[in-house]
Amino acid sequence: MTAERQSYLDAPYGLKSWLLTKDHKRIAMLYLISITIFFAVGGLFALGIRLELLTPKGDFVSDDVYNKLFTLHGIVMIFFFLIPSIPATLGNFFIPIMCGTKDLAFPRINLLSWYLYIIGGVLGLAAIIGGGVDTGWTFYTPYSTTASHTSVTIAAVAAFVAGFSSILTGFNFIVTVHRMRAPGLTWFRLPLFVWAHYATSLVMILGTPVVAITLVLLMCERALGLGIFDPKLGGDPVLFQHLFWFYSHPAVYIMILPGMGVVSELVSAVSRKQVFGYSFVAFSSLAIAILGFLVWGHHLFVSSQSIYAGLVFSIITMLVAVPSAVKTFNWAATMYKGSVTWESPTYWVIGFMGLFLIGGLTGLFLATLGLDVHLTDTYFVVAHFHYIMVGGAIMAFMGGLHFYWPKMTGRMYPESFAKASAILVFVGFNLTFFPQFILGYLGMPRRYHSYPDEFQVWNVFSTGGASILGLGYGLCLIYLLWSLKKGAIAPANPWGAKGLEWEKTASPPTTFNFDEDVIVTEPAYNYAPGGKVHHG
Amino acid sequence: MDQQLEASVLGMWVFLVTEVMFFGGLFMAYILYRYWYPDAWAAASNHLNVQMGAINTVVLIISSLTMVLAVRAAQVGSWIGQIVNLVLTIGFGATFLVVKYFEYAEKFEHHLVPGANFAAPTQVIAGHLVHNHANVGNAEQLFFSLYFIMTGIHAAHMVVGIGLMSVILWMAWKKRFSPGYYGPVEVSGLYWHFVDIVWIFLFPLLYLLGAHLSTGAH
Repeated sequence: MTAERQSYLDAPYGLKSWLLTKDHKRIAMLYLISITIFFAVGGLFALGIRLELLTPKGDFVSDDVYNKLFTLHGIVMIFFFLIPSIPATLGNFFIPIMCGTKDLAFPRINLLSWYLYIIGGVLGLAAIIGGGVDTGWTFYTPYSTTASHTSVTIAAVAAFVAGFSSILTGFNFIVTVHRMRAPGLTWFRLPLFVWAHYATSLVMILGTPVVAITLVLLMCERALGLGIFDPKLGGDPVLFQHLFWFYSHPAVYIMILPGMGVVSELVSAVSRKQVFGYSFVAFSSLAIAILGFLVWGHHLFVSSQSIYAGLVFSIITMLVAVPSAVKTFNWAATMYKGSVTWESPTYWVIGFMGLFLIGGLTGLFLATLGLDVHLTDTYFVVAHFHYIMVGGAIMAFMGGLHFYWPKMTGRMYPESFAKASAILVFVGFNLTFFPQFILGYLGMPRRYHSYPDEFQVWNVFSTGGASILGLGYGLCLIYLLWSLKKGAIAPANPWGAKGLEWEKTASPPTTFNFDEDVIVTEPAYNYAPGGKVHHG
Repeated sequence: MDQQLEASVLGMWVFLVTEVMFFGGLFMAYILYRYWYPDAWAAASNHLNVQMGAINTVVLIISSLTMVLAVRAAQVGSWIGQIVNLVLTIGFGATFLVVKYFEYAEKFEHHLVPGANFAAPTQVIAGHLVHNHANVGNAEQLFFSLYFIMTGIHAAHMVVGIGLMSVILWMAWKKRFSPGYYGPVEVSGLYWHFVDIVWIFLFPLLYLLGAHLSTGAH
């Protein structure tokens, strides 16, 4: 490694060179900055929700404002944070490098996808400033058509545009993985991160267009008075739910699958061991993507769906647990007798495994048709999907961010703070959301701004936990920003990990990633037997 | 094929998959309401202009032929072949839109556009048309809503296609393509064929359905 070689970060300088960049690494960083801003905005809405729920009476905000708070929290967090989170940042940055190539297949389309995201984001902010939206993030009709006089149309356009940004990301990944792999890099030598993103991309390109057309129909209904979803005009509001969940359930896998890819990388690296059952983990990603398209009806168990359809959806939903469990067991088996070292990514990844386990198992409760009738629209559901999305997807994102931070920025962050942040987030998260399982089981419905007094104690726990969670994320933001200027210079391979990104590129990589053409001769995670740890 | 052409051809196919899913949502709505309101669907379908629809179908099929010929001309390096066939393709595309314009205008005249002024055409022969749900006028309005959304989005794709072909024509005019480099013609050709195929589905489902269902019923 020579000092004078320029990294992608400083060749060339200037704002314009960043805004017009075609470098996948710079686009990843642009995304990282943007999603962090939206994460903060979504977090502020969550803060509003938790403050209101601190007391049983609706005293902090009015019911109308509360409706807007949870709607905007959902829209911002899902469309503008979670969906692009790992794919558009870590995926954008590392898929070309892991494929041993200079860039994605279509660099200009990659930049276009960021601009679409920004346009969608600005429209989303316009909807917020223009009075907010109160339909819930699901835009259910008739809340979103005849019943609401808020900025539903702008918010729907925002989600529509952001959807196309996600389609373009998935499209780019698929073509890149198919066509741009380095010589010798066969499908079964690819890191599992790439497999997971490939599966995610399939969901992105197959699911997102369906929600796009659904939102178009919704806008037609609002703007032109057409009655596709209006029973008064012969239409069917349940059709909206079917079309919406045909995308939005698979969208859950858009959020969690990349996280699973990150975890596969991390588990292997912190254990210095090949991922146990590589091909099972690889195919389980595809299985989740495919099964994910066949389970949307479990959101309609109480929406006049036929009981037989409900039974089938219930069974298929339970089947999703199989590939998920395959992954979890294989990760555990990877760590078993591995040379596990307790670095900060280890903390995040173990946090992920614990929280994802709880999230996944409670998913089985909800998949059970009879039990779901009792739990539908209660806090049990809220707790379940937060365990998957925050406990699973965001923990994995944070783990990945800590693991790859030295490679992306060329700087190390203070380990002790990173460990403290991981512990704060883990504790805060459980304190926030575990009480919500209990609340939901006791029957507290979601989306109300007031509740009976007997629920207060659990809500106080939850709000308290949310404060700790916020502290954990805030701490992380501070030391990561600090590290950009003051952090120790990172070596090329601080973790002693295997993989093209660690062994063949500098930290941070140069603009074209590799100095010479890459030829791959060994399988992924080819750690020396006995798990020798060598810091480079 | 070199890596770049392979990548762009695969890319276009992936994009077309998303387009299939995009239209798929509309076809789902069509299937549901046709199943719910078969009689109203047939009656409303009879108010579409089969002749114009058929002309447009033929126009688009011929445009697909000229499109293929344009790709072939680029592959064998015939400049005049590219120009003639691209101009013809654009011309047929424009013809389609003109015919569509007259069809839409006719619908406005006959109050068949959903909204406050909608006049249900079958109220004259009402009686055996009511089927389970809502009243017949609403169901027909739904048919025309879907008709306008589906053909409207298709027409928007045609406009994009014509824009794309104009760029290709300009590039061909500047002699950008050769037997060694014809990717853009081939890739935009794929898009053109896709838009044609969507119409091949829309035409029978929207225009020919009435004739089919009424002969089946009586």
